[in-house]
Amino acid sequence: MRDKQIIYKNPVLPYLLILPELVIILLFFFWPAAQAFYQSFLREDPFGLSSTFIWFDNYRDVLTDPFYLSSLKTTVLFSFWITLFSMSIGLILAWLVFQLRERDTYQTFIIWPYALAPAVTGVIWYFIFNPTLGVLPWVLSLFSVEWDPRLLGKQAFLMVTIALSWKQISYNFLFYLAGLEGIPKSYTEAAMVAGASRRQIFSLIIRPLLAPTTFFLLTMNMLYTLFDSFGAIHNLTHGGPNHATENLVYKVYADGFIGLNLGGSSAQSVIIMVMAVGLTLFQFRFTNRGGRA
Amino acid sequence: MKSKVTIVMVLLSLSVLLWSNGKQDGPAAAAAESKGPIEITWWHAMGGALGEKVDQIASDFNAGQSEYKVIPVNKGSYSDTMTAGIAAFRSGEQPHIIQVYEVGTGTMMAAKGAIKPVYEVMREGGVSFDPSAYLATVTGYYTTAKGEMLSMPFNSSTPVMYYNKDAFAAAGLDPENPPRTWEEVAEVSRILVDKGVVSAGFTTTWPSWLMVENFSAIHDIPLSTKSNGFEGTDAEFVFNQTLVVKHHEMLAKWQKENIFKYGGRQSTAGPLFNTAEVAMTFGSSAGYSGYRKNCDFNFGTSFLPYWASDVGGIRNSIIGGASLWVFEGHSAAEYKGVAEFFSYLSSAEVQADWHQFTGYLPITYAAYDLTKKQGYYDANPGAETALIQMTTNQPTANSKGLRFGNYNQIRDIINDEQEAIFSGAKTAQQGMDDAVKRGNELLRQFEKANG
Repeated sequence: MRDKQIIYKNPVLPYLLILPELVIILLFFFWPAAQAFYQSFLREDPFGLSSTFIWFDNYRDVLTDPFYLSSLKTTVLFSFWITLFSMSIGLILAWLVFQLRERDTYQTFIIWPYALAPAVTGVIWYFIFNPTLGVLPWVLSLFSVEWDPRLLGKQAFLMVTIALSWKQISYNFLFYLAGLEGIPKSYTEAAMVAGASRRQIFSLIIRPLLAPTTFFLLTMNMLYTLFDSFGAIHNLTHGGPNHATENLVYKVYADGFIGLNLGGSSAQSVIIMVMAVGLTLFQFRFTNRGGRA
Repeated sequence: MKSKVTIVMVLLSLSVLLWSNGKQDGPAAAAAESKGPIEITWWHAMGGALGEKVDQIASDFNAGQSEYKVIPVNKGSYSDTMTAGIAAFRSGEQPHIIQVYEVGTGTMMAAKGAIKPVYEVMREGGVSFDPSAYLATVTGYYTTAKGEMLSMPFNSSTPVMYYNKDAFAAAGLDPENPPRTWEEVAEVSRILVDKGVVSAGFTTTWPSWLMVENFSAIHDIPLSTKSNGFEGTDAEFVFNQTLVVKHHEMLAKWQKENIFKYGGRQSTAGPLFNTAEVAMTFGSSAGYSGYRKNCDFNFGTSFLPYWASDVGGIRNSIIGGASLWVFEGHSAAEYKGVAEFFSYLSSAEVQADWHQFTGYLPITYAAYDLTKKQGYYDANPGAETALIQMTTNQPTANSKGLRFGNYNQIRDIINDEQEAIFSGAKTAQQGMDDAVKRGNELLRQFEKANG
């Protein structure tokens, strides 16, 4: 790659060329981020009429708030289950579709959910899961299973996990399918000639060669549950019952927008920002070393 | 070289454009520039049919005179509207009028410097304004200890009991004689469930508003010290030491026996009643027209029940809903327009129409009388229940309303703990103790931020 690198004679021009992008990032990322950072050290009334600089009090309050710690746990659990569900199902579907001669129809249908807005997904699942109006509770009642996510935290958690995984399956499917297509046919053909079973081909050839994709998807799915889960949670449970489905992002919203506790909410968003930056750096470092994806 | 200069110019002008776009002229400047009527913006949270009614009120006012033009803007849910208003104030782009729900009242009242009290707006606008013309139980919520009205009541409702008359008849109960006490509610529910008419006896909407706040008001017991917060921000909750605990114990027990069925927060329990899964529900009087549209059975309204074992009857219930606040930072001419509009909004005709259309309470005695005269209650007997419940008794310190900062979050906390109690995760005492503890923490936070 090195031989293709372009070296500008004028040292200013490259910076000028990225200026528009920089302006946008400054306006929509750095400026609000700096404001949040500053605000996280203030105790303010919602209207900004009086504010006191209180150093790390907001951080201390946040980190000793038992509901903050429980939302951290919820976030980790969501990440784990959603990543596990959506990646394994995505991989299975991709493997099945990959072996077909005629893939287009399946491909389109499986990718379709990804095109839906998170809010729409939330409404769809709301109608499926609603204890009074929904289809699922009716089916479950035939097996005398009581479905009430409005009161039972575990059911609410399961409901949000399913709703969020469903959408992410499409995404994982797409990347896995591309990953599978990138594996040279000669490898699998050689294995078949050598008499390997399908299972052996999958576990000894396909799976290791998909590792970079898996790693990439792992980070993407974790980022997804960290940030894109808001719509579904807002539509399905509002973080309840009793905080059972409240993750970090939802708590920022609940404390800041509903509770109007801007300092505490800013402190939380700074913490999330640090986590996201950490996760991204981690990903960059490892994907660069792998040299793929 | 020339092309580089062009690029630089283009980029610079682009960034200047971006910056200047971010800065918009304030509403005051915009109004001064335009030659037409003075524009008054009104941010509200009324969706659907209610939103259309709001538009109609504004356009009727605009058609009646040419000096002012009220522009209503829907900003989404109550909390969206409030957050939008606060954000707008912080960036100097606040509307003239904003609708804020009753749990935001404490926050708005504390925001001196952001809010222009309604009594001031009316006085400076030179509009005749008599606070005693307004329903005491409604304005009490929005008035200072000195009797100064800070915001204009707009849509106020109070909860009542709705019951399914057809279900009562099917179970052999008298459909014209709904239960008045909690003892009777339980008894009637058992009969209804045993006869297989419904799967559970009753549910409730807005669980904290109904089963803690209004429950306390009608039983004349305090929610907190300092007259439910009216006498200072240093109030402390006490509802873990009152009848509220026993009531939740019973609700939790009833939840297991299918006498009570929890239906979620806010008004999500509504469909349980619409689909006749339960025979009774408790909810806002403003839900009346909605139930009339969605229920394909006969239903009636009645008063909130009380524990006959503990009290002899009920006091008044308290209100929910929202009021209109005026933001600081506009011109005297614009405030005069606001005053004129509020005066129009309070007129008996507008209020009577609003009350009859929506089920919200009329805010003046004149509007109540006009509605009576028009024969509306004879045609819709269920619609008067709320008013009788609100006006029969003189409010006490426990039934005047509540005034807590951060109450929006505190109500969520109470909901949390109620859910924990109903699901059996906590006992009623534990749940209410935790609600009081967490609630007090938020009260102290508010006290610090506003003290």
